[in-house]
Amino acid sequence: MTAILDVLIQGTLTGGLYALFAAGLSLIFGVMRLVNIAHGDFIVLAAYLALALVAVTGINPLLLAPLVVLAMAAIGYGVQRTLFNKTLGADPLPPLLVSFGLSVILQNGLLALASGDSRRLQAGAIETAALSLPGDMSVGWLPVLTFGVAVAVIAALQWLFYHAPIGRVFRAASDDQDTVRLLGANNRHVYGLAMALAMAVVGIAGVLLAIRTNFDPAVGPGRLIFAFETVIIGGLGSLWGTLAGGVVLGIAQAAGARIDPGWQALAGHLVFLLVLLFRPQGLFPASRA
Amino acid sequence: MNATTPGWQLERQGRADRPALALGGLVIATLLALPWLGDDAVLDLAVEFLCYLTLAQLWNLLAGYTGLVSIGQQAWVGLGGYALFVATSMAGLPALVAVPLAGLATAALAVPAALLLFRLRPAYFPIGAWVLAEVFRLSFAQLSSLGGGSGMSLPIEVATGISEDAVTRSMVIYYAAFAVAAGAVATLYLLLRSRAGLALTAIRDSEPAAEAVGIDIRAVKLRTYVVAAAGAGMVGALIFLARLRISPDAAFSVTDWTAFVIFIVVIGGVGTLEGPIVGTLLFFILRGLLADFGTIYLLVLGAAAVGVMLLAPAGLWGLVAQRFDLHLFPVRRRLVRRGSIS
Repeated sequence: MTAILDVLIQGTLTGGLYALFAAGLSLIFGVMRLVNIAHGDFIVLAAYLALALVAVTGINPLLLAPLVVLAMAAIGYGVQRTLFNKTLGADPLPPLLVSFGLSVILQNGLLALASGDSRRLQAGAIETAALSLPGDMSVGWLPVLTFGVAVAVIAALQWLFYHAPIGRVFRAASDDQDTVRLLGANNRHVYGLAMALAMAVVGIAGVLLAIRTNFDPAVGPGRLIFAFETVIIGGLGSLWGTLAGGVVLGIAQAAGARIDPGWQALAGHLVFLLVLLFRPQGLFPASRA
Repeated sequence: MNATTPGWQLERQGRADRPALALGGLVIATLLALPWLGDDAVLDLAVEFLCYLTLAQLWNLLAGYTGLVSIGQQAWVGLGGYALFVATSMAGLPALVAVPLAGLATAALAVPAALLLFRLRPAYFPIGAWVLAEVFRLSFAQLSSLGGGSGMSLPIEVATGISEDAVTRSMVIYYAAFAVAAGAVATLYLLLRSRAGLALTAIRDSEPAAEAVGIDIRAVKLRTYVVAAAGAGMVGALIFLARLRISPDAAFSVTDWTAFVIFIVVIGGVGTLEGPIVGTLLFFILRGLLADFGTIYLLVLGAAAVGVMLLAPAGLWGLVAQRFDLHLFPVRRRLVRRGSIS
């Protein structure tokens, strides 16, 4: 019984991190119809940025997170305006291939700069601090914090999309790219902002990932796949659905890991394929008005 | 239309046809005579070249002509490799029989895979294909009968079954690779000249328009995906037969069987038959030049691909073709005024 509860709790909390991975990916796709193959590698870039900042300043990475977020947002805006904006159009091939090339560049660039050694961010006592639960169980404070951050980020994004002027422009660009231009929006700038926002979330995700597990330049694609599976399982068009998708994926992986450590990722993949087979629109898709 | 009003006619030949045919004949003759022109190392390199050429043509068929951008073709390369290992070491079949069998096995599995992956929105298909390849990789790593995560070696009897002599063996494998590559290029050429090819070209130029004209895009995509998987399976079987060893990470490597192939096609030119040939040549030249520089090599490839996509999306061959109106494979269909000089 405790085993099942343990799987559920650990899985749910991991789901928070996966929801953070996924939020940026689905945001970019929603606004620009761009699938960023380099998404996972940007998460890793954020992790290395945090590592560099900690090495230089010696401050706790959780306190440095806002700096990382700002840096990633700036990088996102720059990449969008210099690279992706030039390729966006009717043909989906160029932006996809550019993002694929970017993924290879990021992985090998980081490998050349930082070496392939496995790293981890030290965050002090919070790494092992645990919260005691009834029934002789405990959960780590870090996973709880991660889940809380995920909920907060998603709530903030929901507010932004539905109650802020820029959110209106994002939604309009997502609905009809040409008309939005007619109404006076500067698409190039709007897309830049959207990518900056997505990269900001990636920044948060990268810092939390780096504290939680070992990472090296090659783990990007794996994070992309988890983000992607989260989006598909959760359902397109709904940020809270994405959180739910992350939880489902997290639980599936935790259950798989319980059976055999080698089965962790595979269990998640199988659940993804099952959802694709039986409910391709996702478990909690937004209903289109 | 009376005799004095000019009409339209369909022109399928181009001005470069005869020289291109001569060039093609020369290339094929050279390739056929290669075992007598070069040594073992040259043959090994040639096998690799022909395998990458095949993969590039197939990826081009998928992405350039059908709109299916797959970053998961390594699933079929690896599956083909394992199919060969299973067919030879466990079922005792001769290696050369196992190669086409591997193609059949991958084609069979590609049908349900395609039906599943097509449920994704088109934009998400690439990553979905990659997930499938990951499922294969992780699953094969769990199969201890096939060596699990560390893989397995090909039993020596399978290799000696081709020939006792190593030189003959590498010659046989070379000709098999040549057959697969030539077959792939020939099939694509004939396909593009046929009505089915017209449908593919229509889909390449505009999917909504193609659908409006009555082309069953879904059926075309399914058939194309299965054909591409079969080809990739045979390439995988040949590659791992030549390597004599297979492991999940090598079989289902995204870098080896997808990243390199994508770079070849992108830099060479998507949507033409000549592009992948140019791309493969360039790839091997670059590799020869930068072989000692590992990470830098991949960085250069990535940067080159991004650069080409931003500055010359039609690829290097696309630039040449547009600038000089040069087309080596006569697969185009042009409407010209009857009686006019084209």
